[in-house]
Amino acid sequence: MTHVARTVRLVSDLFDGYRLDAHGAYDEVFGADGRPHASSAPLHAVLQQLSASDLDTRTAALARAFRDQGITFSLSGEERPFPLDLVPRVVPAHEWAVVERGVQQRVRTLEAFLADVQGRQEVLRDGIVPRRVVASSSAHTRAAYGVVPANGVRVHVSGVDLIRDEQGEFRVLEDNLRTPSGVSYVVENRRAMARTFPELLSAHRVRPVSDYPERLLAALQAAAPARAGGDPTVVVLTPGVYNSAYFEHTLLARLMGVELVEGRDLTCRDDTVWMRTTGGERRVDVVYRRIDDDFLDPLHFRPDSLVGCPGLLNAARGGGVTIANAVGNGVADDKLLYTYVPALVRYYLGEEPVLPNVDTYRLEDGDQLAWVLEHLDTLVLKPVEGSGGKGIVIGPQASDAELATLRTAVAADPRGWIAQRVVRLSTSPTHVGDRLAPRHVDLRPFAVNDGDEVWVAPGGLTRVALPEGSLVVNSSQGGGSKDTWVLAAEGAHDDAEPTPGRPPMLPRPGLGRHRMDRSPADLNDQQQQQQQQQDRGVSPC
Amino acid sequence: MLSRVAEELYWIGRYVERAEDTSRLLDVHVYSLLEDPWVDPQQASRDVLRVMGEPVPEGPVDARRATEALSFPRTAPGTIAGSLAAARDAARGVREALSSELWECLNATYHALPAQEAAMRTLGPHGFFRYVRERAAVVAGLIDGTMPRDDGWRFLVLGRSLERVDMTARLLRSRAGRSSASSGWVDLLKCCSAHEAYLRSYRAAVEPERVVEFLVLDRLFPRSIYAALVQAETCLVELDPSAGRAGHEDAARRLLGRARTALEFRTYDEMLHELPELLDMLQRTVSEAGEALGQRYFAHGTALTWTAEADA
Repeated sequence: MTHVARTVRLVSDLFDGYRLDAHGAYDEVFGADGRPHASSAPLHAVLQQLSASDLDTRTAALARAFRDQGITFSLSGEERPFPLDLVPRVVPAHEWAVVERGVQQRVRTLEAFLADVQGRQEVLRDGIVPRRVVASSSAHTRAAYGVVPANGVRVHVSGVDLIRDEQGEFRVLEDNLRTPSGVSYVVENRRAMARTFPELLSAHRVRPVSDYPERLLAALQAAAPARAGGDPTVVVLTPGVYNSAYFEHTLLARLMGVELVEGRDLTCRDDTVWMRTTGGERRVDVVYRRIDDDFLDPLHFRPDSLVGCPGLLNAARGGGVTIANAVGNGVADDKLLYTYVPALVRYYLGEEPVLPNVDTYRLEDGDQLAWVLEHLDTLVLKPVEGSGGKGIVIGPQASDAELATLRTAVAADPRGWIAQRVVRLSTSPTHVGDRLAPRHVDLRPFAVNDGDEVWVAPGGLTRVALPEGSLVVNSSQGGGSKDTWVLAAEGAHDDAEPTPGRPPMLPRPGLGRHRMDRSPADLNDQQQQQQQQQDRGVSPC
Repeated sequence: MLSRVAEELYWIGRYVERAEDTSRLLDVHVYSLLEDPWVDPQQASRDVLRVMGEPVPEGPVDARRATEALSFPRTAPGTIAGSLAAARDAARGVREALSSELWECLNATYHALPAQEAAMRTLGPHGFFRYVRERAAVVAGLIDGTMPRDDGWRFLVLGRSLERVDMTARLLRSRAGRSSASSGWVDLLKCCSAHEAYLRSYRAAVEPERVVEFLVLDRLFPRSIYAALVQAETCLVELDPSAGRAGHEDAARRLLGRARTALEFRTYDEMLHELPELLDMLQRTVSEAGEALGQRYFAHGTALTWTAEADA
């Protein structure tokens, strides 16, 4: 297929020269024939009526609003806005149903795995996952072993990163079970889109994402230790204002109506956590922590941590407090364990995986390692420990020197790397310069587990790689975001409420010199008299 | 409420009031120099710096230099820009405890500072001072209209009231004992937006004694020292309504109560006679009350560093 044949021919300026990916990536708006998918037709129709300057004006207004509201992330100590692209990503109901089921399945599986591996370890005995995979994970910690969470939940919040392959099928790229961030942008992006692009939003029936904080609070309360009673005290624990996700921490605390605490606000005594308030100390029952395990408790982990709270882990172990997400979850979202997750789905749930993995090679296997070392220039190599896109090498885009360095590094430490097939992430029209151009996107839906149900927020963070052709979407690597619009199924209501009867109409006093009891005739008389007085005053008699 | 949050709220109140009062002071100062041919600009500018507790540089100090020293440097907490930046920083650390409108207002004010400074250099300072006053009024309005009257609100208002006592005392101190040329006293009233209120309540020409009385003792004017003291005291009472059988446990409340009664029950002549000492006492009171608040409400955990187990 030539490039020309895949160029979308349209009258609109904005889509002029919109060229589908030469390497066959799926496009979120256009089919291979250059016509919009049915679910994208309304989006396409509205965008066609706009000019580039319309988009520019709105983008500028949006950037200013984000700056004034302080919707930023910190990169090396500097506050930056997380650029929001004005073209949303639309997910039709039937596609979302797959995502939702797949994420739920994934979370239930990994919950079962964590409970097992930090308890009876049957999965290791049965040989589904080799013992060394768990033991060699740097997130594996004795501290987590034997802590029994109050309602059995360890993964209160998760973010499962999805991509779409060339056929348009969603695949899991990685699981985030520790402290996944980004949900604040899901909430704020929607608010911003509703304000800057009302006509676009009203052309769709989009499921709301605003009840995320409410769901999260309910799940955290449900996870409280039994002794907390009916009204547990939940706090959000942040490393502080210099953390890259600080904005998110404040947003969640604000929208849940709970305190945002730092380590220095907390103190532990007798397996109980207290916070220092102006009214003395108050007991804390659930800590939604946004601090990594390593820094959480200097008594157990890094002794030089100043952002944690000494004694927190013992308090959790003694049943005095619930830590969410639980300590030690990293063993289940390790990049090497990822390759075993489909097997774990079958093992624990007896189901076939709804969402497949990306084809991945385990490098501990000698044959696979040899093959991978031969084909580095066609694969993606990821460090097992990395996050935020650090250290990832995309073979086809790497120089010979980079590949040589990589070869040495991988050969020296096969456990430290995984290799994956290069998936051309799907593309979505993105505002670049004075028109729309295809840019690669991924999707991070967020799931909240309250012990009874895994709820997947209908939406999620769509991250977009802004440099042309780039496949790395992380915000720290020059990524932006898009609002994710999950369309409501035909005839469905999220929360159907009966329409209340019409309220009675009551007159409002005011006007006419603020008096309702004076007749217009009175007012006229008064005005005339005032005028006459004035006339008389001026007349020279 | 968290002690750390309470402390930040208190300081937000103080910083915003400080920015506002400083801009009021400078606005009047700059334009009185322009309009009044008898004032020595050097001396007046030095006085302004001294009153604000800023170091007075060697060499000539004109109004422009004093204005810039008190407006721009963003790292100094005594300048207008510095106060606004500090207020915004404090707010950023506790934004979940503020209404989002209030946070946005502080944040947007901070982000507009560079543009305002540039405008001040080309168009003169009045626009800048006006901007600061208006933003402070928006902050006050948002505190009034969007914050519940809980302890958070009390700490905000407490900080604002104490800063107002301090700043008004400083303003008066710059005048106390000086000649009675009436234009200076009119300026003083204008600094506090009190000129019209003064005229309406006294229906008489501006006299130094009356100005002092009005700015120190007036019960109804919200920027008077007395009114600000009472406001601060009310906040403290509401923060801890329990009153013991004898005396007051709360050191801050004791300090403020003592200062208030010292004003309330002093004769008019005594007050005029001892004005400089009285104003010094008020500034000291604010500083000591701040320390007492710190000990009572803003308890800090000691920063602990743990080391790996020592070798046996």
